[in-house]
Amino acid sequence: MRFFDPMRIFDPHIHMTSRTTDDYRNMHAVGVRAVVEPAFWLGQPRTGLSSFTDYFDSLIGWERFRASQFGISHNCTIALNPKEANDPRCVEVLDVLPRYLGKDGVVAVGEIGYDSMTRAEDEAFVRQLALAVEHGLPVLVHTPHRDKKAGAARTLDVVRESGADPGAVLVDHLNEVTAPMVADSGCWLGFSIYPDTKMDEHRMVALLKEYGTARILVNSAADWGRSDPLKTYRVGQAMLAAGFTPAEVDTVLWQNPVDFYSRSGHLMLDEDISADAEVVSFAGNSVLRGGS
Amino acid sequence: MPYQEEHPWLVTGVHGGSSVAILQAPENGWPAGAERRIRERPAAIHKEFPLAGQAVGRVPVQPETDPQGLVFGTVDDQARARLLAVLAEVLPAGALETEVERLYRHGDDAERRGVLRALSLLPDSSVRLGLELVADGLRTNDPRLIAAAMGPFAAEHLDQAQWRQGVVKCLFAGVTLSAVADLVARTDSELLRMARDLAEERRAAGREISPDLRALLGMTVLMALVPPRAEDDRR
Ligand SMILES: [Zn+2]
Repeated sequence: MRFFDPMRIFDPHIHMTSRTTDDYRNMHAVGVRAVVEPAFWLGQPRTGLSSFTDYFDSLIGWERFRASQFGISHNCTIALNPKEANDPRCVEVLDVLPRYLGKDGVVAVGEIGYDSMTRAEDEAFVRQLALAVEHGLPVLVHTPHRDKKAGAARTLDVVRESGADPGAVLVDHLNEVTAPMVADSGCWLGFSIYPDTKMDEHRMVALLKEYGTARILVNSAADWGRSDPLKTYRVGQAMLAAGFTPAEVDTVLWQNPVDFYSRSGHLMLDEDISADAEVVSFAGNSVLRGGS
Repeated sequence: MPYQEEHPWLVTGVHGGSSVAILQAPENGWPAGAERRIRERPAAIHKEFPLAGQAVGRVPVQPETDPQGLVFGTVDDQARARLLAVLAEVLPAGALETEVERLYRHGDDAERRGVLRALSLLPDSSVRLGLELVADGLRTNDPRLIAAAMGPFAAEHLDQAQWRQGVVKCLFAGVTLSAVADLVARTDSELLRMARDLAEERRAAGREISPDLRALLGMTVLMALVPPRAEDDRR
């Protein structure tokens, strides 16, 4: 018996720049075949434009190649993140974003949204929503970790006013408290599964039972902090254990991210993976036994 | 260590991700339309250049013999070369180099590769820029950029010391030496010495000697009578 059954996984939010080649290898081993790496904060503040462009260039260059070495298709989203939108030295990056938004593998504008809900964050958020509408790109919206409920509500107001199609907006880092209002808004719901404190795989399964599998994306949001790039796989296992079918797992872990990001027209997936599509409707539940 | 394990991309296909399974259908007549738009307004190249992959796909030109597109490039490389050839027709020296440099510096991996592969189509006024971009490509660790940098432009314009370093870089990065233009004509005794030293290092470390390195070593016999080249000798 094989240790793992084939599970096709697309992690729609993971910061691979901060991860090692061992992570890539382990991710591939459990079935991760595609990722989206949103542009975000690096932990250490940037102080100027060229640190941003070097970072963006690595997302569409070196990191994409690194991923391909391990059989993983790497796409990214590009934006000025909310935290650094507060630093006047960084704001000029907004002027160079259009240069990136037409490129292959740039599948959304993001992460944008709120960190501390300042005036500067407001401006960057609104301007980047407009850029996304103008370029016909989906949007990845980060919701704040502090004052989450108020932050999510204000986020949805701004999205509504921007005129962006809610079906092209993914609101991420949700939990039981913020999920209902996003579900009502027509936007996609993103859940980041962390090793401790925040959302875990069992709470995720409970949410999937409540909301169903439509318009829901699950990610590891793994980065340079405490995080686990295999969390998407763990959610798949937990779903099967809770009685979801392999096809439902595939909807959440593969088809939904593909549907959402392919709205950009820029999503790059390896041909072999798409051909693997049928493999996924595997029968039986040996995954359940496999892990134990 | 087995050679393929050292270079996992040799078995994963790195020509730039997918062909088009998920992408929008290739736009019929895009190449001709894009060329026309650039003739009318040269600045249009900044919009058209990134679109090549979406418009014509990204598969290698000769997938059977060159599955990674390292030797003959990819179909989007070819499309971008045509766009650059048109740009060179419509822009004067100076302006041309400014735009080509922007395309490279602001390009993703595929766009940079496209510029490198098209360098030999550009006029003499672009040689200085070309040398800078080739040096940039050879500083990366991306085999597709390294391979693209060692094409006909490098064969014609790199000085002997840089060119040898480029060949050895290919050996390190797992880029087949078939990607190096004019390999036989430019090989000299110093390159063969470097190749022998590299082989010795690999043997000492218990690593596999790649077929390309072995083939290069095989040239030693034929090259025994070839005199060394001066460092600044270009041909
Ligand atoms: Zn993130």
